[in-house]
This record gives sequence, C-alpha cells and structure tokens, in this order.
Amino acid sequence: MADVRIASVTKRYGAVEVVPSLDLHIPEGSFTVLVGPSGCGKSTLLRMIAGLETVSGGTIAIGGRDITHAAPSKRGVAMVFQSYALYPHMTVAENIGFGLRLAGMPKSEMEARVREAADILQLGPLLDRKPKQLSGGQRQRVAIGRAIVRKPKVFLFDEPLSNLDAALRAQMRVELSELHQRLGSTMVYVTHDQVEAMTMADQIVVLNKGCIEQVGAPMDLYRAPQTPFVAGFIGSPKMNFIEGPIAREFGGELLGIRPEHVTLSDREGRWSCTVRHAEHLGGETLVHLDSPEVGRLTVKVSGDIAAAPGVQLYATPGLDTSHVFKGGLRAPS
Amino acid sequence: MNLFPRGTLMPFLFACVVAFGVLLPLMMMVTISLNPDEQDILVSMGTLKSFIPEVISFQNYIDVWTDPARPFFRYMMNTAIVTLATLAISITINSMAAFVVAQGSLPGKKGVLLFIVATIAVPAESLVLPQLILAGKLGLVDTYVVQILPGIANALSIFLFFQFFSRIPKDLFEAAELDGFSFFQKYRHIALPLSRPVISAVAILQFLEMWNAYLWPVMVTRGPEVRPLTVAMGAFFGTNQRIPWGDVMAFAVSMAVPVILFFLLMQRQFIASVMSSGVKG
Repeated sequence: MADVRIASVTKRYGAVEVVPSLDLHIPEGSFTVLVGPSGCGKSTLLRMIAGLETVSGGTIAIGGRDITHAAPSKRGVAMVFQSYALYPHMTVAENIGFGLRLAGMPKSEMEARVREAADILQLGPLLDRKPKQLSGGQRQRVAIGRAIVRKPKVFLFDEPLSNLDAALRAQMRVELSELHQRLGSTMVYVTHDQVEAMTMADQIVVLNKGCIEQVGAPMDLYRAPQTPFVAGFIGSPKMNFIEGPIAREFGGELLGIRPEHVTLSDREGRWSCTVRHAEHLGGETLVHLDSPEVGRLTVKVSGDIAAAPGVQLYATPGLDTSHVFKGGLRAPS
Repeated sequence: MNLFPRGTLMPFLFACVVAFGVLLPLMMMVTISLNPDEQDILVSMGTLKSFIPEVISFQNYIDVWTDPARPFFRYMMNTAIVTLATLAISITINSMAAFVVAQGSLPGKKGVLLFIVATIAVPAESLVLPQLILAGKLGLVDTYVVQILPGIANALSIFLFFQFFSRIPKDLFEAAELDGFSFFQKYRHIALPLSRPVISAVAILQFLEMWNAYLWPVMVTRGPEVRPLTVAMGAFFGTNQRIPWGDVMAFAVSMAVPVILFFLLMQRQFIASVMSSGVKG
C-alpha cells in the first residue's frame, strides 16, 4: 500500500500536448476514480503511472519513491485492462501465476499465492480452464487475480467493466468495492461512466482535455461542482443549464439545476412548460419539457406520472440546490 | 432436404474437377507402382488401365527399397535430416526476425520489412551460382550443412509471421511487460505459443519446398552419404537404358508418403491459418 504523487506531469505526442502540467495526489489506501469523456487523457495518465507511456515532463512517485523512468514491472503496480489481456494459451492458474514464475518465485509459494487469489475471487473450480472457456465476468476476475498475486502497492484499472453487460457490471462494481475494502490497497480506476465513479470511489478526479477540473469525494462533487463541466458530467440525467436573465436573477451567468431538484405541478409553479416526452423507468419518470422562459428542461419525478406530450405543467426549481456559475467557476454562495 | 443449397452446386462441381485433376496423376503413379510387368506398363500407358490397378504386387517397392546401388532409406534419411533441420532452424530464426519487425522498436523497421518482402521476387535460380562458389570456398560441398543453409532465411515465412504477430493485441504484451517479461520472453512465452497456425502453414510450405528440392542438391552433393531422394530419383533418367517405370513410380510413391502424412498432421492448423490470414498456400 502506498500513495501516488504526480507532480507537473506533461505528455506530448510530437507537437500535440495531450496532458498539460498536471498535479495530483492519490492518498494511500484510497479508491480514486479518474473520470472524464473520451480523449480527456485519463487512460494516458493511468498508463503513465503504469509505465506503459513515457512521461514528457514532471515526476511520478509511488510511496515516496520516484518511479518516473522505472520499468513497468519495477514500479510495484499491477494493471487490469479493459480487454482483460489474458494469455489465451494458458490456463487460469498459469495466467495468474506466470508472472511470479518468471520472477523466479519458488513453486510452493507461487501455488499458495494463486490459491489465495483464487479463493478471494471464487476462481477455485476454474483454475484448469482456458480463457475462452470462461464468461466475461470470470475473465475479468482472472485479470484481477493476476493483479492480486503480485501484491502490488497500487492497483490500476483501465475501464475494466466496459465489456460487460449492464447486470454483470453492477455486480462487478459491488465485488470491486468489496475487494478494495478487503485488501485496503490503493486503487486507481479509469472510467467514462459517472455511475461507476459515484458508486465506487472515495475520491473522484474529473478530467477534461488533459486538465483536472475538480478532485473530491463523490457527494462533494455532486453537491458543489466547481465548474459547469463537472456539474454536467456528474449526475444522471445531466444537469439542466439556464443562461440569460434567469441566471442573472440568481446572481450568475449560468444557472444549473439537477433534474431531481425540480418539482412539477399541473396547477402552479415558477415556469410554465409543455411536455415533449416522458421516459417511464418504473420507480421514476424522466419528463422532458419545453419552457418559453428557460428553454429545454429535464425533470426527474419519483413514481410513474401521466405526462402525455403537449400537456401543460409548471416547474419550480429548488432554490437551495441550484448551482450558480460565473466566469466558468462556481459563484460563492 | 436440399443437398446443394442455393449457389453451392457450381463451386462443388468446380472443386470436383480440380480434385479429379490432382488425383489422376496420383492414381496413375500408384497403379503403375503396383504392376511388376514392365511390358504391360508400357502397353497400357495412356489407357484407362494405367489409372485403375488390375494387379496388386509390391515387387517394385521391394526392388526399390532393397537396391544396394541406390540405398533408398539412406536417401530418405538424408532428405529427412535436411528438411527437418531446415524447418526447425528456419521457423526459429524467421519467427524471431518477424517478431522484432512486428513488435520491436527497431528504427526503420518498415523499410526492413519491405526489403525482406522484395526478395521474394528474386528467382532462386539466379542465386545458385554465387551460392555454389561460396559453398566451394567455405569447403561445405557434399555436406548436410550446405543443403540446410540456403533454406533458413525465408522471406515468405517472415512475412507470414509478421502478419500474425502484428495482429496480436497490444494489451497482451503490455500485461506481460507489467508481469516483468523481457522482450525475448514475450516472444517465447506469448507470441510463439499463439502462432501455432502460422508455424503449421510455414512448416507445410517449407517442408514441400525442401523435400522436393532438386536443383541445389544436385549441384552440391556427390554421393549417397548426403544426397537426397530427389537427386537419387533423377538418376533413373540419366542413363541410356530403358526407364524402369514400375520402380520409378514405386520410388515416387514411397517419396510422397511422408509429405502426405506431414500434411495430414498439420492440415487443421494450416487451414485455420489460411482462413484467418487470407493468404493462399
């Protein structure tokens, strides 16, 4: 277990700078999620920590040791890839233990470590199978097993759940969180899925165009996003943004209101709206509205409400939960 | 039940014609080899009788296998040594070269590959004279080594391995790098075990090439100690005497059997390789 300190790290591909100077501290034992849209540099940052990408400038230290130019296998990190990257010709046991064998570990110790990892991940009955005989979730567990046996200081996950279906993804989210609690290791996890970030992280790093927009605990980012980008990225469905005179009424240039913080009424309210479309999700309904005052608006209502297209409704924002931005930053309240 | 789903009858008929064209000479070879009567062979040559055996005798085979002037099994051993040694060394060296070009950080590796592939266009016949002079100067004439060396570096083999290695997902090698594999270990423990289909394809192509090699061995071998089967068979035709067709065909069948067995052994992997690479053998 160790912390990761990234200081003034830059990454350039020729003349293109994908990561301008970036500073970040990943505390020891934390589950840090790097989140952002495609191309924001989150995977590049993770690969620089792993040593699979060279660093154009700055330093990376793990547990106080500068590993900026160390070989990937000498950094004390283990990585789980999106594609699992299992060796197709080896059995599950060989996949998990091969790195240890190459490192010259005695056979008995290696077998003990493989068994221990297999127990943690419930892979015991599958040890003699080849990867092609496993389901997606099982393959993912083998990939995690391969990381566990190395007893790394830092685990790195590069979108590990992207290839799984929705149900399995939800299950694996829980399993990974439990694994983190059990091992207590530092974990750095890359995803573009804000639900994964919110449910698993104890620290979220929101990246945009190679720069850090905000770092913080999931609910801090939800409650007090510091930039419109973070406000729009964290939370599902996406936050409503309102510009113009109404935003100025609230004392800023941009007003952000989450869909779950707007109430709807068919009798009275602040803004009159017309229903465009309603998505019935069972426990809740997403109502998409058009308002002459604020433009398009999405509202999340608990339960199943009848909202046919064209119906007139009134929307009222929660004043305590609205977000005001000025000059691209959160306005002081 | 429709035996030929729509659109498959013409390809089936075409395949039958091709198969028949390939099988006819083989049938003739086997039929003649089983006939001990030379007069009968000559009379029936070109008629239906030369394709369907009427007599079955192994006399020609016994004659060929026990002829002290032409020690068949010695020649076969020579051919096997040269072919298998070439295959083993060639597959090792060519796959390593391809791995460096495909996954290594060699500067100008695209140019190197282009140069290697361009050598496929150079006819082997144009190289035999310089090679012969070189072999003479090195004192290698009439040895196994002189027959093995020119077959080792094989541009087609390098290209086939390169194609395969380039398609192995990058993640596998990166995972290996994190596991502490060296560049050679990535080749040895990941690339090579995965390339079994290509190894089979390359092995079959080169096995045929080496087993049937004639021009180079005839130039560099003198006696039965190192001479291969092809050159020994050529000796049937070099004299003024009447050609003993029964013996020639028995010799040819005996020579073809290992090739057929080798193909049968490798065919599944070979077909998988051809199907996946789009390369026609």
